Amino acid sequence: MKIRYFAWMKDHTGTSAEELRVPDDVNTVGELAAYLRTLSEGHGTALRNLETVRVAVNQRYAGLDTAIQDSDEVAFFPPVTGG
Amino acid sequence: MHKLEITEQDFDIGAEIEHLKRSSVGAIASFVGIVRDYQSGPELTSLTLEHYPGMTEHEIERIMQDAGQRWSLAAVTVIHRVGRLTPQENIVFVGTASAHRKAAFESAHFIMDYLKTQAPFWKQEETTAGSQWVDARVEDDDALAKWTQS
Repeated sequence: MKIRYFAWMKDHTGTSAEELRVPDDVNTVGELAAYLRTLSEGHGTALRNLETVRVAVNQRYAGLDTAIQDSDEVAFFPPVTGG
Repeated sequence: MHKLEITEQDFDIGAEIEHLKRSSVGAIASFVGIVRDYQSGPELTSLTLEHYPGMTEHEIERIMQDAGQRWSLAAVTVIHRVGRLTPQENIVFVGTASAHRKAAFESAHFIMDYLKTQAPFWKQEETTAGSQWVDARVEDDDALAKWTQS
Protein backbone atom coordinates (compact mmCIF):
# COMPACT_ATOMS: atom_id res chain seq x y z
CA MET A 1 0.00 0.00 0.00
CA LYS A 2 1.27 3.47 -0.85
CA ILE A 3 0.98 6.01 1.94
CA ARG A 4 1.51 9.74 1.39
CA TYR A 5 1.85 12.63 3.82
CA PHE A 6 1.70 16.35 3.12
CA ALA A 7 2.61 19.66 4.77
CA TRP A 8 3.50 19.44 8.50
CA MET A 9 2.55 15.77 8.64
CA LYS A 10 5.50 14.80 6.45
CA ASP A 11 7.81 16.82 8.69
CA HIS A 12 6.81 14.51 11.56
CA THR A 13 6.87 11.21 9.64
CA GLY A 14 10.18 12.13 8.02
CA THR A 15 8.92 11.03 4.61
CA SER A 16 6.38 12.23 2.04
CA ALA A 17 5.62 8.72 0.76
CA GLU A 18 6.18 5.14 1.81
CA GLU A 19 5.30 1.73 0.40
CA LEU A 20 4.15 -0.62 3.16
CA ARG A 21 2.81 -4.11 3.65
CA VAL A 22 0.09 -3.55 6.19
CA PRO A 23 -1.26 -6.27 8.53
CA ASP A 24 -4.23 -8.33 7.30
CA ASP A 25 -6.53 -6.90 9.96
CA VAL A 26 -6.18 -3.37 8.59
CA ASN A 27 -9.30 -2.90 6.46
CA THR A 28 -10.22 0.78 6.82
CA VAL A 29 -8.48 4.16 6.80
CA GLY A 30 -9.02 4.46 10.56
CA GLU A 31 -7.40 1.07 11.20
CA LEU A 32 -4.53 2.06 8.90
CA ALA A 33 -3.97 5.28 10.86
CA ALA A 34 -3.91 3.32 14.13
CA TYR A 35 -1.31 0.94 12.64
CA LEU A 36 0.82 3.77 11.21
CA ARG A 37 0.93 5.46 14.62
CA THR A 38 2.91 2.47 15.91
CA LEU A 39 5.66 2.82 13.27
CA SER A 40 7.59 5.65 14.90
CA GLU A 41 7.28 8.49 17.38
CA GLY A 42 6.96 10.90 14.44
CA HIS A 43 4.14 8.87 12.88
CA GLY A 44 2.43 8.90 16.26
CA THR A 45 2.69 12.69 16.44
CA ALA A 46 1.50 13.21 12.84
CA LEU A 47 -1.58 11.01 13.30
CA ARG A 48 -2.30 11.77 16.94
CA ASN A 49 -5.46 13.81 16.37
CA LEU A 50 -7.42 12.45 13.41
CA GLU A 51 -10.12 15.10 13.80
CA THR A 52 -7.72 17.64 12.31
CA VAL A 53 -6.51 15.32 9.54
CA ARG A 54 -7.98 14.98 6.05
CA VAL A 55 -7.80 11.68 4.16
CA ALA A 56 -7.83 10.72 0.49
CA VAL A 57 -7.97 7.23 -1.02
CA ASN A 58 -6.75 7.04 -4.61
CA GLN A 59 -6.73 10.84 -4.73
CA ARG A 60 -10.39 11.27 -3.73
CA TYR A 61 -11.57 12.59 -0.35
CA ALA A 62 -12.44 9.71 1.97
CA GLY A 63 -13.33 9.07 5.61
CA LEU A 64 -11.88 7.03 8.46
CA ASP A 65 -14.42 4.27 7.76
CA THR A 66 -13.51 4.04 4.05
CA ALA A 67 -12.47 0.48 3.11
CA ILE A 68 -8.97 0.10 1.67
CA GLN A 69 -6.87 -2.60 0.01
CA ASP A 70 -3.21 -3.25 -0.83
CA SER A 71 -3.34 -1.60 -4.27
CA ASP A 72 -4.67 1.71 -2.87
CA GLU A 73 -2.87 5.01 -2.42
CA VAL A 74 -3.86 6.55 0.91
CA ALA A 75 -2.96 10.15 1.73
CA PHE A 76 -3.07 11.98 5.06
CA PHE A 77 -2.92 15.77 5.18
CA PRO A 78 -3.94 18.81 7.23
CA PRO A 79 -6.84 21.08 6.23
CA VAL A 80 -5.91 22.80 2.97
CA THR A 81 -4.61 26.39 2.79
CA GLY A 82 -4.35 27.29 -0.90
CA GLY A 83 -5.75 30.23 -2.84
CA MET B 1 -13.55 26.28 -22.61
CA HIS B 2 -12.19 25.30 -19.23
CA LYS B 3 -8.54 26.04 -18.67
CA LEU B 4 -6.72 24.75 -15.60
CA GLU B 5 -3.02 25.13 -14.86
CA ILE B 6 -0.99 24.26 -11.78
CA THR B 7 2.38 25.85 -12.42
CA GLU B 8 5.55 27.31 -10.95
CA GLN B 9 5.45 30.02 -13.62
CA ASP B 10 3.85 33.43 -13.25
CA PHE B 11 0.84 34.34 -15.40
CA ASP B 12 -0.09 37.43 -17.41
CA ILE B 13 -3.34 38.76 -15.90
CA GLY B 14 -4.28 40.81 -18.95
CA ALA B 15 -3.63 37.97 -21.37
CA GLU B 16 -5.69 35.57 -19.26
CA ILE B 17 -8.65 37.96 -19.24
CA GLU B 18 -8.37 38.45 -23.02
CA HIS B 19 -8.30 34.69 -23.45
CA LEU B 20 -11.79 34.48 -21.87
CA LYS B 21 -13.35 36.75 -24.53
CA ARG B 22 -15.48 34.97 -27.11
CA SER B 23 -18.81 35.09 -28.91
CA SER B 24 -21.86 35.71 -26.69
CA VAL B 25 -19.74 36.81 -23.71
CA GLY B 26 -20.84 40.12 -22.21
CA ALA B 27 -19.12 39.88 -18.84
CA ILE B 28 -15.79 38.63 -17.50
CA ALA B 29 -15.05 38.54 -13.77
CA SER B 30 -11.59 37.80 -12.43
CA PHE B 31 -9.94 37.29 -9.09
CA VAL B 32 -6.19 37.45 -8.48
CA GLY B 33 -4.69 36.32 -5.20
CA ILE B 34 -1.26 37.72 -4.38
CA VAL B 35 1.30 37.08 -1.64
CA ARG B 36 0.68 39.58 1.15
CA ASP B 37 3.76 40.95 2.88
CA TYR B 38 1.93 42.50 5.83
CA GLN B 39 0.80 40.27 8.67
CA SER B 40 0.51 40.62 12.42
CA GLY B 41 3.57 38.49 13.24
CA PRO B 42 7.16 38.63 11.99
CA GLU B 43 7.77 39.92 8.47
CA LEU B 44 7.09 37.42 5.67
CA THR B 45 10.04 36.76 3.38
CA SER B 46 8.51 34.02 1.19
CA LEU B 47 5.68 31.54 0.84
CA THR B 48 6.10 27.99 -0.44
CA LEU B 49 3.06 26.22 -1.86
CA GLU B 50 2.88 22.43 -1.83
CA HIS B 51 0.16 20.44 -3.62
CA TYR B 52 -0.97 16.90 -4.30
CA PRO B 53 -0.38 16.38 -8.04
CA GLY B 54 -3.35 14.63 -9.61
CA MET B 55 -5.79 15.14 -6.78
CA THR B 56 -5.42 18.92 -6.91
CA GLU B 57 -6.32 18.99 -10.62
CA HIS B 58 -9.24 16.62 -10.03
CA GLU B 59 -10.69 18.73 -7.21
CA ILE B 60 -10.44 21.98 -9.17
CA GLU B 61 -11.99 20.35 -12.26
CA ARG B 62 -14.86 19.22 -10.07
CA ILE B 63 -15.35 22.76 -8.67
CA MET B 64 -15.27 24.23 -12.21
CA GLN B 65 -17.88 21.69 -13.33
CA ASP B 66 -20.09 22.49 -10.32
CA ALA B 67 -19.88 26.19 -11.22
CA GLY B 68 -20.82 25.36 -14.82
CA GLN B 69 -23.95 23.60 -13.60
CA ARG B 70 -25.03 26.49 -11.36
CA TRP B 71 -24.38 29.33 -13.81
CA SER B 72 -24.38 29.68 -17.56
CA LEU B 73 -20.67 30.13 -18.30
CA ALA B 74 -18.97 30.47 -21.67
CA ALA B 75 -15.45 29.95 -20.28
CA VAL B 76 -13.62 29.43 -17.00
CA THR B 77 -9.90 29.70 -16.24
CA VAL B 78 -8.15 28.68 -13.02
CA ILE B 79 -4.38 29.07 -12.65
CA HIS B 80 -2.72 28.23 -9.32
CA ARG B 81 0.97 28.58 -8.69
CA VAL B 82 3.09 26.23 -6.59
CA GLY B 83 6.65 26.43 -5.30
CA ARG B 84 8.37 29.38 -3.65
CA LEU B 85 6.79 32.82 -4.00
CA THR B 86 7.80 36.19 -2.61
CA PRO B 87 5.59 39.12 -1.47
CA GLN B 88 3.58 40.82 -4.25
CA GLU B 89 3.81 37.76 -6.53
CA ASN B 90 0.63 36.30 -8.03
CA ILE B 91 -0.65 33.07 -6.42
CA VAL B 92 -3.98 32.34 -8.08
CA PHE B 93 -6.11 33.52 -11.01
CA VAL B 94 -9.80 32.72 -11.40
CA GLY B 95 -11.63 34.08 -14.43
CA THR B 96 -15.21 33.46 -15.52
CA ALA B 97 -16.97 34.58 -18.69
CA SER B 98 -20.72 34.74 -19.20
CA ALA B 99 -23.40 36.64 -21.04
CA HIS B 100 -24.16 38.76 -17.96
CA ARG B 101 -22.28 40.06 -14.93
CA LYS B 102 -24.25 38.25 -12.21
CA ALA B 103 -23.19 34.78 -13.37
CA ALA B 104 -19.61 35.94 -13.90
CA PHE B 105 -19.28 37.59 -10.46
CA GLU B 106 -21.04 34.85 -8.51
CA SER B 107 -19.29 31.93 -10.17
CA ALA B 108 -15.82 33.45 -9.65
CA HIS B 109 -16.66 33.95 -5.96
CA PHE B 110 -18.00 30.38 -5.70
CA ILE B 111 -14.90 28.88 -7.34
CA MET B 112 -12.55 30.77 -5.00
CA ASP B 113 -14.52 29.80 -1.86
CA TYR B 114 -14.45 26.13 -2.82
CA LEU B 115 -10.84 26.21 -3.97
CA LYS B 116 -9.77 27.65 -0.60
CA THR B 117 -11.35 24.80 1.35
CA GLN B 118 -11.26 21.79 -1.01
CA ALA B 119 -8.25 21.93 -3.33
CA PRO B 120 -5.20 20.26 -1.77
CA PHE B 121 -2.62 23.05 -1.46
CA TRP B 122 -0.66 23.93 1.66
CA LYS B 123 1.23 27.14 2.39
CA GLN B 124 4.45 27.27 4.36
CA GLU B 125 5.53 30.75 5.44
CA GLU B 126 9.13 31.78 5.84
CA THR B 127 9.46 34.80 8.09
CA THR B 128 12.31 36.64 9.70
CA ALA B 129 11.58 34.45 12.76
CA GLY B 130 11.61 31.07 10.97
CA SER B 131 9.25 28.93 8.93
CA GLN B 132 5.84 27.53 9.73
CA TRP B 133 2.88 25.86 8.01
CA VAL B 134 -0.16 28.09 7.69
CA ASP B 135 -3.25 26.98 9.64
CA ALA B 136 -6.62 26.67 7.92
CA ARG B 137 -9.03 29.51 8.69
CA VAL B 138 -12.50 28.99 10.14
CA GLU B 139 -13.68 32.00 8.10
CA ASP B 140 -12.93 30.06 4.91
CA ASP B 141 -15.23 27.23 6.00
CA ASP B 142 -17.89 29.76 6.97
CA ALA B 143 -17.63 31.32 3.51
CA LEU B 144 -18.80 28.03 2.00
CA ALA B 145 -22.08 28.06 3.94
CA LYS B 146 -23.71 30.71 1.76
CA TRP B 147 -23.45 28.44 -1.30
CA THR B 148 -25.21 25.52 0.38
CA GLN B 149 -28.19 27.48 1.76
CA SER B 150 -31.28 26.95 -0.39
